[in-house]
Formats: sequence, C-alpha cells, structure tokens
Amino acid sequence: MSVEEKMDSGRRQLLLATSVAGGAAAAATAVPFVASLTPSERAKAAGAPVEADVSKLAPGEMMTVEWQGKPVWILRRTEEMLATLDKLDDQLADPASDKSIQPEYAKNKARSIKPEFLVTIGICTHLGCSPSQKFKIGADSGLGDAWPGGFLCPCHGSTFDLAARVYAGKPAPTNLDIPPHKYLADTKILIGEDGTA
Amino acid sequence: MTTKSQALLNWVDERFPLTSTWKAHLSEYYAPKNFNFWYFFGSLALMVLVIQIVTGIFLVMHYKPDASLNASGVPVAFAAVEYIMRDVPGGWLIRYMHSTGASAFFVVVYLHMFRGMLYGSYRKPRELIWLFGVGIFLALMAEAFMGYLLPWGQMSFWGAQVIVNLFSAIPVIGPDLALVIRGDFVVSDATLNRFFSFHVIAVPLVLIGLVLAHIVALHEVGSNNPDGVEIKKKKDANGIPLDGIPFHPYYTVKDIVGVVGFLFVFSAVLFFAPEGGGYFLEYNNFLPADPLVTPPHIAPVWYFTPFYSLLRAVTYPLFGLDAKFWGVIAMGAGVVIFAFLPWLDRSPVKSIRYKGPIFKTALVLFVIIFFILGYLGVQPPDNGGIKDRTTQICSVLYFAFFLLMPFYSKMDKCKAEPERVTS
Repeated sequence: MSVEEKMDSGRRQLLLATSVAGGAAAAATAVPFVASLTPSERAKAAGAPVEADVSKLAPGEMMTVEWQGKPVWILRRTEEMLATLDKLDDQLADPASDKSIQPEYAKNKARSIKPEFLVTIGICTHLGCSPSQKFKIGADSGLGDAWPGGFLCPCHGSTFDLAARVYAGKPAPTNLDIPPHKYLADTKILIGEDGTA
Repeated sequence: MTTKSQALLNWVDERFPLTSTWKAHLSEYYAPKNFNFWYFFGSLALMVLVIQIVTGIFLVMHYKPDASLNASGVPVAFAAVEYIMRDVPGGWLIRYMHSTGASAFFVVVYLHMFRGMLYGSYRKPRELIWLFGVGIFLALMAEAFMGYLLPWGQMSFWGAQVIVNLFSAIPVIGPDLALVIRGDFVVSDATLNRFFSFHVIAVPLVLIGLVLAHIVALHEVGSNNPDGVEIKKKKDANGIPLDGIPFHPYYTVKDIVGVVGFLFVFSAVLFFAPEGGGYFLEYNNFLPADPLVTPPHIAPVWYFTPFYSLLRAVTYPLFGLDAKFWGVIAMGAGVVIFAFLPWLDRSPVKSIRYKGPIFKTALVLFVIIFFILGYLGVQPPDNGGIKDRTTQICSVLYFAFFLLMPFYSKMDKCKAEPERVTS
C-alpha cells in the first residue's frame, strides 16, 4: 500500500508519545479533584473525645452522647439484663465478638470494661441506621415471646442483644462497634480515648 | 412565507442546519401511524424534565446547602426550605412543583419503560436507545436520591446514611469509597454541599446528554410501534414509509393532548395532595435531621421501594462475603438487569400482540411482583415473618423473569406478525 509506504514513522512515534504524555497529564490533573472529595483537615480534626457523666443514669436506663457526629449509647444494665447474655450464644452471629470491632479490653461477654455499663456506638453495622431500644421483655416488645430485651434496627430489622451483639440471620454482619473509652472516675466516662482504668 | 423572512432563513441555513434539523427530527421524521396511549410517556418525560429544570433554577435562588445550625437551632438548609414554603412569594408552588415533579418523573418513566417491554421496543435495531434509556433511569435515580438530601430532614439524613453505606459493603475499596462520597466520616455539611453540586450541575448535564443521545438514536433507526413491525420495510416511490406520518404536526398535536391530560392529574396532586399521602414527601422529613436518632420507621420514597425490597431480601452470607454485600448486589442487579433485555428476549416477534401465552403471563406476573415489592419496601421488616418471606420469594421471581426469558421467550407459541401495521 502506497499510503503505508509514505507514512513517516518518526512523526507517528512523536504523535504517539505526545498523546501518551498528554493523557498522563490529564490523568494527573484528576488527582487534586479526587483528593478534594476526601475528608478535609477540619473534618479529620473534629474527633475530639467527649466526657459523659453517668452518675444520674438509673439501672436499666440508657443515655446518648454525640462523638464524631455519631450517637454513643451508655446503657446501665441491671443484673437481670446481664443474666440474659449467657443464654444467647447459639442464636448470635458473633457471640465472642471475634469479627466485630471493639477495643481489646471490651472483648468479653458483656462487651464492656465494667459489666454494668455498656458503651457502644449506636450505629447499625448493616447500613448505618441507629437502632431503637427494645428493652421490654417478651411479647410486649412486639418481637415475640422469647425476646429477652435488646435493640432493633428500624431500617432492615437487625436485632441485637443487651451487649449489642447481633442475632444470626439478620442483615447486620457484626456486633455494634465499641468505641475506645475509659473511666475518668467511677461515674465519668471519656469516649474516644483508650484506657482500661 | 414572505421573501424577506425566506431570505433570512436562507441566510441562517447557509450557516447553521436549521431547516434540515427541523425536517430530520420533526416535519419529515416519519413515525408509525398506529401510536396509542402508551406513546404519550416519552414526550411527557421530556416535559417533566423541563419542569424540574425550570423550577430547580428558581429554587436554587433561595435555597442554602448549609447543615450548620442557625440562631434558632435549626439547620440552615432545613430552614431555607421552610423559608421558601412560607416567605418566598410563590415559593410553595415552585417547591411543590419540583417535589411532585420528582414523583411524576418516575411515574412517567416507569410507564415509558413498560411500553418498551410491551411492544419489544428494546429489540434490534433499538438496543442502543434502550441502553441510553437505562442510563437515563440510573442518572434519574442518582438525581432523585441526591435531591432528597437537600431539605435536610430526618428522612433526607437517614436515607442518605443508608444509601452511602451501601457502597461501604463493596469488598476492599468500599469503606474508602463511602468516605469519598460523604467527604466526612458521617453524613454532614460536606455531604450536603457535594450532593447539592451534583444535583444541580453534574447529574442534570449527564441527564440532558443522555436524553439527546436517546432521541438521536431513536431518530436514526425510527420508532417502534404497537405491532412491532418495521415501517421502513414498506416505502412508497419517494422513500417515505407507507405506514409513516410526519411527527410534526401529527404527533406534536397528539402529544399536546397527552400534556393536557397529564397536567390535569399533575395539578390535582400539586394543589390538593402535594405530599402524596406521605409517599411523595415523607412525614418524617418535616423534622430537621438529627444524627443521633433514626426515625422509628424509615423507608425510601415510593419510586425506590421495589429495589429497596431486593436489598432487604438477602439475609444470608454467601462465599465468605456477608449478606450486606449481596443485598447491595441484588439491588444494583435489579436495576442494571433491564439493560440486558435486548439480548434476553429471544422471541421471534417484538410486540405483546403477537407473543404467546407464556410471555404474556410472565409480563403480567412481573408487573404484579414489581408492585408487591414496591409495597413491601415501604413496610417495616417483620423479622423473617410473612412479609420478609414474601419479599424473598418475589425477589427470586423478579430475577427469574429476566434470567429465564431466553428460554421461555424462545419456546413460546407466537402468532405471525402482520406485514404492515394494523388499524
């Protein structure tokens, strides 16, 4: 073919090289645009620990504090509530919290430092709704006669026990996250910082 | 035409293809003469798009995408919508036109898609029209979803929370992807601002581009019709299809009738039931967003509920990936599977008029299932009870309609297509 014979391969290579360089420059230009979509420095800095005073919390009651824009629940569990945790292992998806997120010091059956106080992030591990309290036992809860008390996510029906452990066969894959926290005093909890004391 | 205006037109035509474009797409675009009721919805969709763009332009003049609290402790964005509703002259009407328009858009588009399924409009040679159409549907869903965040009510906030978290279910890249979409660790002011930007600029541009491509592709191959036969096969001596009539004036006039009928219904909703019984504007969205409390019952707006049901249907982990991921896949697949229809349908005929009993039954069942899934999507889950089980069965049937189509459409006993369009 005469056209191919006439083709200036030197120029063709230059054309290719220029196109590749131009393409690389265009791709590199995308970097700042994508970077601008990631959390800003201000958003990253907005995670300061918060203090919660649990002295006025009655047994069986729950309070909510905001940490990093998320609800953190503090539930003061009664003896009866704690007793329910023993009987549920075979109904739970992750009874020993092996797949779930919690600090090492809260990786126990009650998922807490002090069994009496459950500190957990009230955000369902399925799609991020905040589950509602279902502390009433049995048929009153609307969750069947055998319901021992716990939480129900209104969005997709995941249920959790009183240690925020998820029941098996529900959409949520893992137990609710336990945030890093520590006791500043007997009834003062700092959420957002590690420590076992 | 007077010679002066003719001269002006000539002057323009020498510089811009005005007359030729008018002819190619309107006065000499030959559409089949047998269009029926179902053919209103394409032009209606275009009109609703215009309504949404015009009302949107005016809403942006008064709205502020700002999640910070004002002096009265109400988020600025939420207060801005209340301001539009109460203090801006005519604002309530423009806002209700926009919110009702969103639902109307989906009504019209669902009917338009159903028309395509009835008469096989997705079949060769119209596959690309159909694919652009599926693209429009996806863009529309993105547009509706991001627009719903803007009033910054409880449903706005928690709906966005759930949908953005869907992306975090994708293995490996999921959590980072969700972070990039939100621009923060939680749905926040950053999320509101970028959704505003996408809702008013990016997605509408994509939408308009896809609509153009949809129409250009349609006018390239010509419109299908209720008989599903190609009018281009029988042409007269001038090369004009025997069963074709010029789009303008015949179908422009017909479509005006459709527009009038549509506006009757649209205005009735607009003036007498703008909240659509809680389905067009959900009651929980009249409460400002509260990141600490999810409303006791959250459900998406009605047009997303069939797909939301597909999401909820999956409760079992599979192949070492958890149920959440598969739920997301089911929901995504439920939308995208429409794109494969041109290749799933192996029937020798296009139109439902000549298809056999199996396909007719399958399509009727599919519509019923779509409605059931839509209904169940607004219901609270019942923990593996009758509703959850029905959702699961219907979800399986939903996918069976598509995946088994190559088999049942092929073995079906079809009638012979006529040579030319009927009636």
